[in-house]
Amino acid sequence: MSAVEPSSLRTNHERGALRFLLPVVVLAIGVLAWDLIVRLNQIPPYVLPSPGAVVRTLITDWPILWASLLTTLLTTFEGFVAAAIGGIALALLFSRSKWLEYSLFPYAIILQVTPVIAIAPLLLIYLPQHAAVVVCAWIVAFFPVLANTTLGLKSIDRNLSGLFQLYHASPLQTLRYLKLPAALPYILGGLRIAGGLSLIGAVVAEIAAGSAGAGSGLAYRIAESGYRLNIPRMFAALLLLSLAGIVIYMVLALASHLILRRWHESALGKDS
Amino acid sequence: MAEPAPVALDRNSNLDVAIRLRQVGKVYDNGIRALGPIDLDVRKGEFISLLGPSGCGKSTALRIVAGLTAATSGEVRIAGQAAAAQSIGFVFQEPTLMPWATVHDNVLLPLKLAHVARIEADRRVGDALERVGLAEFAQTYPRELSGGMKMRVSLARALVTDPDVLLMDEPFAALDEITRFKLNNDLLALWRGLNKTVIFVTHSVFESVFLSQRVIVMTSRPGRIAAEIDVDAPERNEDFRTSAEYAAYCRAASIALAHASDAKAQS
Repeated sequence: MSAVEPSSLRTNHERGALRFLLPVVVLAIGVLAWDLIVRLNQIPPYVLPSPGAVVRTLITDWPILWASLLTTLLTTFEGFVAAAIGGIALALLFSRSKWLEYSLFPYAIILQVTPVIAIAPLLLIYLPQHAAVVVCAWIVAFFPVLANTTLGLKSIDRNLSGLFQLYHASPLQTLRYLKLPAALPYILGGLRIAGGLSLIGAVVAEIAAGSAGAGSGLAYRIAESGYRLNIPRMFAALLLLSLAGIVIYMVLALASHLILRRWHESALGKDS
Repeated sequence: MAEPAPVALDRNSNLDVAIRLRQVGKVYDNGIRALGPIDLDVRKGEFISLLGPSGCGKSTALRIVAGLTAATSGEVRIAGQAAAAQSIGFVFQEPTLMPWATVHDNVLLPLKLAHVARIEADRRVGDALERVGLAEFAQTYPRELSGGMKMRVSLARALVTDPDVLLMDEPFAALDEITRFKLNNDLLALWRGLNKTVIFVTHSVFESVFLSQRVIVMTSRPGRIAAEIDVDAPERNEDFRTSAEYAAYCRAASIALAHASDAKAQS
């Protein structure tokens, strides 16, 4: 084992710096290799553009790309909110009624395991385009919220439940003061997954819709640029989508940390 | 000291009986009998212990009195009423605190559930925390407290509604001995000051004798009452803990417990 193995590092500070630096170094090497390959082989931009060409396109096409990014983010956000509300509400209903859970849970799983890209064209036939895209985002994103919330509700301390029973808590009081707070770490975990998934759902639906000749989201730009052999713009749009996914994840992780930091193990330092 | 004989049930007049169990039993769905049937009268203001081996159904008995578990036979009356209608304080084996709420909010919970007005509720929470010596920890979260302090919070929560009956399910079993002795003393001081009826479940002979006026010795599953030992000692302090009297009571309780286990082995 070498001396720079993370486990042998002396301080947390060094480890933190390394965790930040290493991915940056990998990125730099990757971009450099990409640039070299394009230059040395004189690959034309309509096959593989150089990193510089992608950045230039990002700047020159910014007005179009920015508008498309906003469209995609709005769809993602709508799908995410619908998934959050739908997933939590379904989990609460299931926890109240075994009948409902047994009747509907299998279909939630079927919806989850059926590839959304196969459902999207059908939805586009039956729903207005914007609604279809949001529904796609919802279908992909609601299941982790549902599954995690259900797990959280089932993990409630039996004695705490007994305590609420002892003091004759109403169902609403039990929900507000016990079930929701107890399930919150699980719900937030589900939401963190749902954020990324709703972006995927929105993109999948946009691509399906885009081939039908409508739409203006980033995924549509990618499809459109593909037809026009505008490969640099495909890369630029892809870069933006990727950044959007990272930002969504980081925002949700930060929100989760801020909400749980005062009491939950996951948000506390290992030493405390 | 001679081995004490089981005490007759109708020793007390009906008037000062706080808790009355009649033919209370529990049979699980799989047919295994966990408890009883048992008959038990607890006088108003009395401190009794249920002493028995692990799994003898003593916790089940306590949960039945609290209304947390349904008995499969018999009935429980608290001050002449059905169990669930009474104000009861319950202390679990674990502190059972809400990790997301401060000490203050944890103790506040029973009052909040009963819609007690905020100012009145805050005052009572303050009093309860004062009583268990945690006033300055009101805004602390449970994870920052030691095991003993968490148990004190749990005790404050049970006392905050000023219940007539306090049910305690091996509350100090997970604590170290020094902390347990301290909490035993504090609990007795609270009991003397507040005049509550207490049922204290434990598997410690020493703890049961030190705390209670009456030790109910139970057999292993199904839990039945094997013996009752009256502990007649007015002063419960460190002198009592080291006295020959205390040792004799502990010896009697240990023998009763051994007999109870033997009886089970023969059956």
